[in-house]
Amino acid sequence: MWLYYTRLAWLSLKRHPLLSLLMSGAIALGIGAAMTTITINYLMSADPIPEKSDRLFYVQLDNWSPNEPYDEPNEPPDQLTYTDATALKAQAPAQLQTAMAQSGGVIEPQGLGKEPFLARLRLTHNDFFSMFNSPFLYGQGWSDSADETGDRSIVLSKSANEEIFAGENSVGRTVRLEGKEFRVVGVLDEWVLKPRFYDVTTGAFNEMEDAYLPFKLKETMELPNSGNTNCWKMPEGEGFKSFLTSECVNFQFWAQLDSTQAKQEYMSFLNAYVEEQKKLGRFPRPLNNRLTDVMGWMEHENVVDDDAEVMMYLSLMFLAVCLLNTIGLLLTKFSFKTGEIALRRAVGATRMQLYQQQFVETVLIGIAGGIGGLILAALGLLGIEYLYGEQVNDLASLNLPLLGIGILLAIISSVLAGAYPTWRTCRIPPASQLKSE
Amino acid sequence: MSQIGPIFRSLMRNKVGALLIALQVAVTMTIIVNAIHLINARGDLISRSSGLDEDNQFYVTSVGYATDFDAPYVIDTDLDAIRKLPSVTDAVQINAIPMSNGGWSMGLQTKAGEGENSVPTALYMTDEHGLNTLDVELIAGENFKATEVSYRDRNTRDWPQSVLLTEALATSLFPDLSPTEIVGQTVYIQSNEPLTIIGIMDHLQAPWTGWTTINHAMLVPNKFDSPYSRYLVRAKPGQRDEAIAQVEQFMKQRDVGRMVRETETMTQVRMDSYRGDSALQAILWTIIVILCIITALGIVGLVSFSINRRRRQIGTRRALGAQKSDIMSYFLTENILVTSVGIFVGVAGSIALNMWLVSSFNLPRLSYIYLPIAMLTMWVIGILAVWGPALRAAQISPATATRNV
Repeated sequence: MWLYYTRLAWLSLKRHPLLSLLMSGAIALGIGAAMTTITINYLMSADPIPEKSDRLFYVQLDNWSPNEPYDEPNEPPDQLTYTDATALKAQAPAQLQTAMAQSGGVIEPQGLGKEPFLARLRLTHNDFFSMFNSPFLYGQGWSDSADETGDRSIVLSKSANEEIFAGENSVGRTVRLEGKEFRVVGVLDEWVLKPRFYDVTTGAFNEMEDAYLPFKLKETMELPNSGNTNCWKMPEGEGFKSFLTSECVNFQFWAQLDSTQAKQEYMSFLNAYVEEQKKLGRFPRPLNNRLTDVMGWMEHENVVDDDAEVMMYLSLMFLAVCLLNTIGLLLTKFSFKTGEIALRRAVGATRMQLYQQQFVETVLIGIAGGIGGLILAALGLLGIEYLYGEQVNDLASLNLPLLGIGILLAIISSVLAGAYPTWRTCRIPPASQLKSE
Repeated sequence: MSQIGPIFRSLMRNKVGALLIALQVAVTMTIIVNAIHLINARGDLISRSSGLDEDNQFYVTSVGYATDFDAPYVIDTDLDAIRKLPSVTDAVQINAIPMSNGGWSMGLQTKAGEGENSVPTALYMTDEHGLNTLDVELIAGENFKATEVSYRDRNTRDWPQSVLLTEALATSLFPDLSPTEIVGQTVYIQSNEPLTIIGIMDHLQAPWTGWTTINHAMLVPNKFDSPYSRYLVRAKPGQRDEAIAQVEQFMKQRDVGRMVRETETMTQVRMDSYRGDSALQAILWTIIVILCIITALGIVGLVSFSINRRRRQIGTRRALGAQKSDIMSYFLTENILVTSVGIFVGVAGSIALNMWLVSSFNLPRLSYIYLPIAMLTMWVIGILAVWGPALRAAQISPATATRNV
């Protein structure tokens, strides 16, 4: 029966090819626009570490000026001072926790024809690798003692390892960075986080680092600041040391807390720590510490671009116009069929069967529109990649669930669009139409 | 006009078709008004002047890595040599590139002391060639002297005595004084450290294109003692590409234990910086055009439908003496009536959508000039779309009335 209906529908579509094309074209355009923007939003707001995003917490302490908050209404700074980052690492009650900072330096690969290059560095503690599930190709993170002494150990990214060691297992070999020899302890496998959630202070979709070094080296090697450095008062005294002991924030801090109780204990520790510091004349503002989990932090930092959201809403409205359009065209189309429908009714087809026949036809249009829409969405994403360039790398690609959403959206849309015309056409009393034939 | 009565009554008998067109027009208009508004708002952002001679400027980055790398020596000799190149007007070391979205900001205040009101400004560190390289004019006061320029490093906490301010920054600090009166005034940095304003610049943008005080910029006579250093170069008019080639060749040939990173022209910097904005514009234009086409096709479809249903009626009218033009004007009027309803709903929709965008995304408020323009556009689209089907309706022969189907 359904096969017969499908053949009927196909014949009917073929009878008015232009109209059929227009209808599925309209749906395709609407779906194409909607899917393009939904994809961008979906990927921007994706959970980058679903297995533990609710157990990783970003730490904020309010060390800002007594005269004004860091940000209105009463937001604490988005980063920590060196003093607090190192103190928390040493004292705070979490199994896994890490401070971190961005930096940069020149790596000089050894060997003929190899040019020195400026590497993006991340200074961090060894907990970083287990907290954020970094995939290792060779070796592992550095030891606890390297964290304490600032041993010159280094973990390379896959691409840096290819650049320096042509992709060989380089564990145990040395790399020259900022004029000093470093021992390679690990090499990461391909690792791309979108968003790069562990540090979104300079943009959520920045590239991953080329190399990772023990945090302590910030102090011992006086490595330069990258990213944002914000100060509410200038460092007092001379030298690099004065920056490290200042109220300038340039450091991020994450803790892994596996239970509500652990989180509460951690928060009490933070509050006690700030109270303690207040006695030393720091933290002039009222207590305002924050622990925010990954998705909360992404929300707070506005990781999904406003433009992307606005475009999504506009394109959903666009889809609505396309649907209104299809409803209109279906009405036109079915109006040509009143005679046929009346005849079928007269020879005994039930109204239900006629509904089903029209339904098959709208679904066919929907499927065609959906496929066309997905092709258009793929083109749209290419267009977006062309327009935005590097900013959207890896954000403009369809994946399986998105393809499913697209087809589903197309079918729901076409059925919605077909519902009223179908109902209206099938309501025709058989006699009236037959008479005029 | 006398037709309106019957047209309206016949419309009421086919509410759905009319309603569909009206709705489609309303939503289309809502989208178009807000899209055009967004496009223009971004256009205003993009077209702001940076104050530079962008077509002739580029920058190049030098990163020293040798252990015996002597930054001040390399910087001074580099600049001397670059300035002598035949295609180069001038060059400076600079700590931040305008429009690049990376830089250094500080607060300035007119009264010394913590907690006093402070005005934010971007900080550019250059030597006395800064004005010429950036292509910024002084409207009052004078430039730095070479003797005032000093080296600083990242641990330097104090500031040179003399600074240059943009006019916008100067007037934010001293709203009641004229530029010539502001020259010689003292402002305070880091709460307490005094700076003397020796000159006022006409216009220069801060590096952050999204900054609210983007026209606040200050020039400080400093060079940076750091292995990482950027040179901004201004070529002779029209000779930028030669200048790039000459500068790159010179820097790569000079073996002082440093790497030279890719050159970027100011044109590229501007493009990168406003890339999102121009992309949004392009996307919205595409949406607008497609939307207009779809709506027009929708109207064509629905009007054809209604004409098709009324073939006999039209034939009867023709048989009873109606002119072709009467039939045309009947469908035109009918369509104008329907689109007008859509357009007025669209006006309300546009304003509502804009209010929501303003409150949810902090987008600028709609300027009402777009509404009449969009209304006119929608009417024109409506009339164009209905023209073809109406013309065909007018061709229906009076004899149709006597035929079946």
